[in-house]
Amino acid sequence: MNSGASPLLQADHIVKIFGTLRANDDVSLSIKAGEIHALLGENGAGKSTLVKMIYGALQPTSGKFIWQGKPLEIASPAQARSLGIGMVFQHFSLFEALTAAENIALALPGKFQMNELSSRVTKLSADYGLPLDPSASIADLSVGQRQRVEIVRCLLQNPKLLILDEPTSVLTPQEAEQLFITLRRLASEGCAILYISHRLEEVRKLCDRATVLRQGKVVATCDPRQETPASMARMMVGSDVMQVHAISGNTKGPVRLALQKLTTAAQDNFSVQLKNINLDVHGGEVVAIAGVAGNGQSELFDAISGEILAVQNNAVLMDGVAAGHDGVTLRRKHGAAFVPEERLGHAAVPNFVLSNNAILTRHGTDADLASRGIINSAIAFKIADQVIKAFDVRKGKVDPEARSLSGGNLQKFTVGRELDRKPNILVVNQPTWGVDAGAAATIRQALIDLAKSGAAVLVISQDLDEIFEIADRIAVISRGQLSEALPAKTYTLEKIGLLMAGAHEVSHAA
Amino acid sequence: MDQFLAIAITIITASTPLLIAGLGELVVERSGVLNLGVEGMMVMGAVCGFGAAYATGNPYLGIVASIFGGVFMALLFGFLTLTLLANQVATGLAITLLGLGLSALIGESLVGQPIARLPNFHGIDILIIFSFILTALVSYMLFRTRAGLVIRAVGDNHASAHAMGFGVIAVRYACVVFGGACAGLAGGYLSLAYTPQWVENMTAGRGWIALALVVFATWLPGRLLVGAYLFGAISILAYIVQTFAWGIPSQLLSSLPYLVTVAALVVISGNRQLMRANTPTCLGQSFVPDR
Repeated sequence: MNSGASPLLQADHIVKIFGTLRANDDVSLSIKAGEIHALLGENGAGKSTLVKMIYGALQPTSGKFIWQGKPLEIASPAQARSLGIGMVFQHFSLFEALTAAENIALALPGKFQMNELSSRVTKLSADYGLPLDPSASIADLSVGQRQRVEIVRCLLQNPKLLILDEPTSVLTPQEAEQLFITLRRLASEGCAILYISHRLEEVRKLCDRATVLRQGKVVATCDPRQETPASMARMMVGSDVMQVHAISGNTKGPVRLALQKLTTAAQDNFSVQLKNINLDVHGGEVVAIAGVAGNGQSELFDAISGEILAVQNNAVLMDGVAAGHDGVTLRRKHGAAFVPEERLGHAAVPNFVLSNNAILTRHGTDADLASRGIINSAIAFKIADQVIKAFDVRKGKVDPEARSLSGGNLQKFTVGRELDRKPNILVVNQPTWGVDAGAAATIRQALIDLAKSGAAVLVISQDLDEIFEIADRIAVISRGQLSEALPAKTYTLEKIGLLMAGAHEVSHAA
Repeated sequence: MDQFLAIAITIITASTPLLIAGLGELVVERSGVLNLGVEGMMVMGAVCGFGAAYATGNPYLGIVASIFGGVFMALLFGFLTLTLLANQVATGLAITLLGLGLSALIGESLVGQPIARLPNFHGIDILIIFSFILTALVSYMLFRTRAGLVIRAVGDNHASAHAMGFGVIAVRYACVVFGGACAGLAGGYLSLAYTPQWVENMTAGRGWIALALVVFATWLPGRLLVGAYLFGAISILAYIVQTFAWGIPSQLLSSLPYLVTVAALVVISGNRQLMRANTPTCLGQSFVPDR
């Protein structure tokens, strides 16, 4: 056993260079057994790079790791696992086509005994309150269940150090609470936990110590229980974060977007069927749809944007016009604008320059942009330039390819491209997913300002903090069913969590 | 009765090379590599096998040589696509064209030469037995062993497999070599047992059929066995029907197996659930490690 004083793992002046970028610049930190240690920082601060090195997936350019007092090189994830380091990834490292037990077997050394392993999985998962069916295909599991598979996989190896990368971003508040109970129990059993998150409130509740990274450097170490979220945010960003000013005393306009008994057929076993969705979005308000990922959000977005056509033409009304049978371009001509979740490959073509990407969503609505099918490059360039200036899109050259922009800057562009049109209806799916705090604040403020100007804004988001920050009314989606949209003030975290777990679903309520 | 037995034997010998080549390609595709060079690997196996048997007089040495012929082409394919990261589709097509040309060059002096046929017992030879054993082995390996699990994991999500510490490139090399060995063996079966002679381009598109059969089988070895025999049976029966003089144009009859293949592929592709559950997600994508 370790004595309390000597750390389990020490990172000693770690430097990692990618090309010209110093992703980690002289990073030192130490983690003690039984401690829950938070690693804080904005996107691109170097958190993921650091934990990948601890897990052996990357090698430091210089510096060393000291494990239980002995310096060593962590050459591979397999070696990290044999040392007792387990990791739960942010983007899960699970194989969709395999079963839960098969996924777990892949990470375990030793004899290959599926039956015995399945019973061990069942026992251990029940023991920690993380029920799991070992024979279920990953593709059929919810995101929360997938995370359980990852955690159980780590626990089976009796880890001394467990790394979790943004684990609660995909969970309901209740599921997150359950996870915290499991983590506290693990810590009390002597396991060290390295916890990466940008949710400062939960870091304050859960963690004993925090190391803050900014631009690859350690800028602070603190006891989160002694700090406020605002003070920790300041450490992360290096300056005060812009405050978003929500709509006050809103004046509701007419209904601009209405969904009436919107139902879709299931495409296949892996997508969600929308069931009887009713929603009115008025001009001048922001309505947010909360829910755990994979409960029909992308299907709902596709049904509103016209990527999936409705069965009934009047299932989707835009400013009173039935649009259920119209395609995406026609719906845009009704004054609507759409920003899908996936930035690269859905909202923007990665290898196209920004001005060409601007043409793709606006050729139908901007008459001069492509008259009689001939593209006017000058206008396209002007639009791109306007958006870049208005939203402070940072870029390396005049008209860069979409893929060369960072996530936050590309998101500012894809949102800005639609806002620049001054649409009557805006539908955004995950407006600030994986975007740094500064860009997120810019985007949220822009959405609110659009609503103030009289447009109807519908935001689909998994980020509850974001929803409470900007929404006038909130509805919750679970398994393709949408709860009634109620004023944001009437919700508590607990109430929203119950809805996310499906409390409003018709089949359950009856 | 004898007549039926003779037909059955013909169907079996026609199906065996499709089954063997298909099994190899099935493993290759399960690991996420799309190898369109099967035809080229097969025809190289055929010429190497025939050449070795002709030179030594021993058909069993011919079998060994045919495997080496296929593996040689597979290593070339692997080097281009896995090490140099060339596009798999284009490289596969090039390998097929190269194999057809190279085999014609090597086999120029072999045309019309006689060799000792692979021995058989009432028409059943050792490779027919082997093809059934191989089907069972591949199925067991893919779904009951750690090696098979790793292969499926690499084909399903190579980035995750890499993050977990599996050697994506090494696994794929091994699968490509196995696929090449099977394709070579299947080619050798054609020139050593099915029609023991060397004719330029003697594989006559069987490599492509094997490729189609893998999709037909939704990447499951058991279904591949069924598919190979279905195709073999239809192609032989089409020949036999011609002898009945029913007035059906012979061109239509000989195109029948291909029409059936197209129809079957359309029907199977329509079942999205089956396709999505078994299609290797990373099929045809090059893997570049991020370090």
